Amino acid sequence: MASLWEYANPLKFMRTSERVLPYVAGAALLCLVGGLVWGFFFTPDDYRQGATIKIFYLHVPSAMMAINIWVMMLITSLVWLVRRHHVSALAARAAAPVGAVMTLIALVTGAIWGQPMWGTWWVWDPRLTSFLILFLFYLGYMALWAAIDDDDTAADLTSVLCLVGSVFAVLSRYAVNFWNQGLHQGASLSLDKAENVADVFWYPALLCIAGFVLLFVTLVIIRTNTEIRARRMRALLAREQVA
Amino acid sequence: MIALLVRDLRLAVRAGGGFGLGLAFFLIVVVLVPFGVGPDTALLSRIAPGVLWIAALLACLLSLDRIFALDFEDGSLDLLATSPLPLEGVAAVKALAHWVTTGLPLVLAAPVLGLLMNLPLAGYTALMISLMLGTPALSVIGAFGAALTVGLKRGGLLMSLLVLPMYVPTLIFGAEMARRGAEGLDYSAPMFMLAGISAGALALLPFASAAVLRVNLR
Repeated sequence: MASLWEYANPLKFMRTSERVLPYVAGAALLCLVGGLVWGFFFTPDDYRQGATIKIFYLHVPSAMMAINIWVMMLITSLVWLVRRHHVSALAARAAAPVGAVMTLIALVTGAIWGQPMWGTWWVWDPRLTSFLILFLFYLGYMALWAAIDDDDTAADLTSVLCLVGSVFAVLSRYAVNFWNQGLHQGASLSLDKAENVADVFWYPALLCIAGFVLLFVTLVIIRTNTEIRARRMRALLAREQVA
Repeated sequence: MIALLVRDLRLAVRAGGGFGLGLAFFLIVVVLVPFGVGPDTALLSRIAPGVLWIAALLACLLSLDRIFALDFEDGSLDLLATSPLPLEGVAAVKALAHWVTTGLPLVLAAPVLGLLMNLPLAGYTALMISLMLGTPALSVIGAFGAALTVGLKRGGLLMSLLVLPMYVPTLIFGAEMARRGAEGLDYSAPMFMLAGISAGALALLPFASAAVLRVNLR
């Protein structure tokens, strides 16, 4: 019976992932272009926010991804610590820069939206602050990967950092709540019909979210495969030097 | 364990001034603040709790790489790892020694520096209690960061990047408690949160530090 753990074999992972890669990449492109064009040109302006509502199609998906990528890194780190599958550690490594960029996109689009709406680029609001802290955690995680030469040591240390960092990231999120509730509105998307945004905004946003998820999967597959190949090259070179 | 604690304390006091250095740094940072923002006493007394907390945090950070680096270089960390004492215990004792040599002096020096910053009289108790409760968390979290970067040649800067985001919750509750104290408000809520963070960090992080040390000693 086929199980998920078969993909712990780098060869198997590369073969399968490269077969699905064109489809995932194509679907990502389709969803992103479709969602953004639909959102930008074929939805009405919000009656209070005007055209600035359009940035929502970038801001919400990137913010969702920023958090979920960290969760994915947490899971792959755990898999690495427990089952020692290299692909898992490499996937976590591959995801980190994508997550950092998503966090940055969320922060920057938020600032651009906040300027006309709140009259300021930045406030020390709990959500904004916790995203900044999340960004710092991504930076530290990537810096630790880059600083250590030995691959397995680096994977071990960054995995533990990811676990401990998650606890502190969550703690910071609720600690900043302590100041005040802030300017940022509550969640605009919800599975509960009554709380959700209106359908005209909801469907293109859903398409954008799907696009961001697929884009992330594409990037992680490419980056993981690159890293596997780079390691193979290094191993070959080392073998040649010995011979 | 006690022997190890005594050894670490002795080393800190006798060898190379790591003991006084953190304290001196604390003093200098606090003294620099009025030069930066101007000597207006009303302003200074308003920002005093936050400034004292940030200065204490930086002074703590400065001495972190001494926790494991020296022992790693001369090989005594390998001996400690093979000793009957579990590595978790070693990590905890090392953090405790760091707290006794930097955290505790900071707590004791804080009221004097509070005077320099024109801290309102009502604020001293809250400041002392907040530092007393918060600095152990700073030491334990810092020991984890030091354990992560112990094998690196230039780990100091990287360690601050790793450790400082983890200091955020402690800093928020600590500074908030000191501020409420200075303004004469009820500070029990942040105090309990701060104590909770310290207790949780003390209980759990030595295990993470030991796991990381084992990887680095491989």
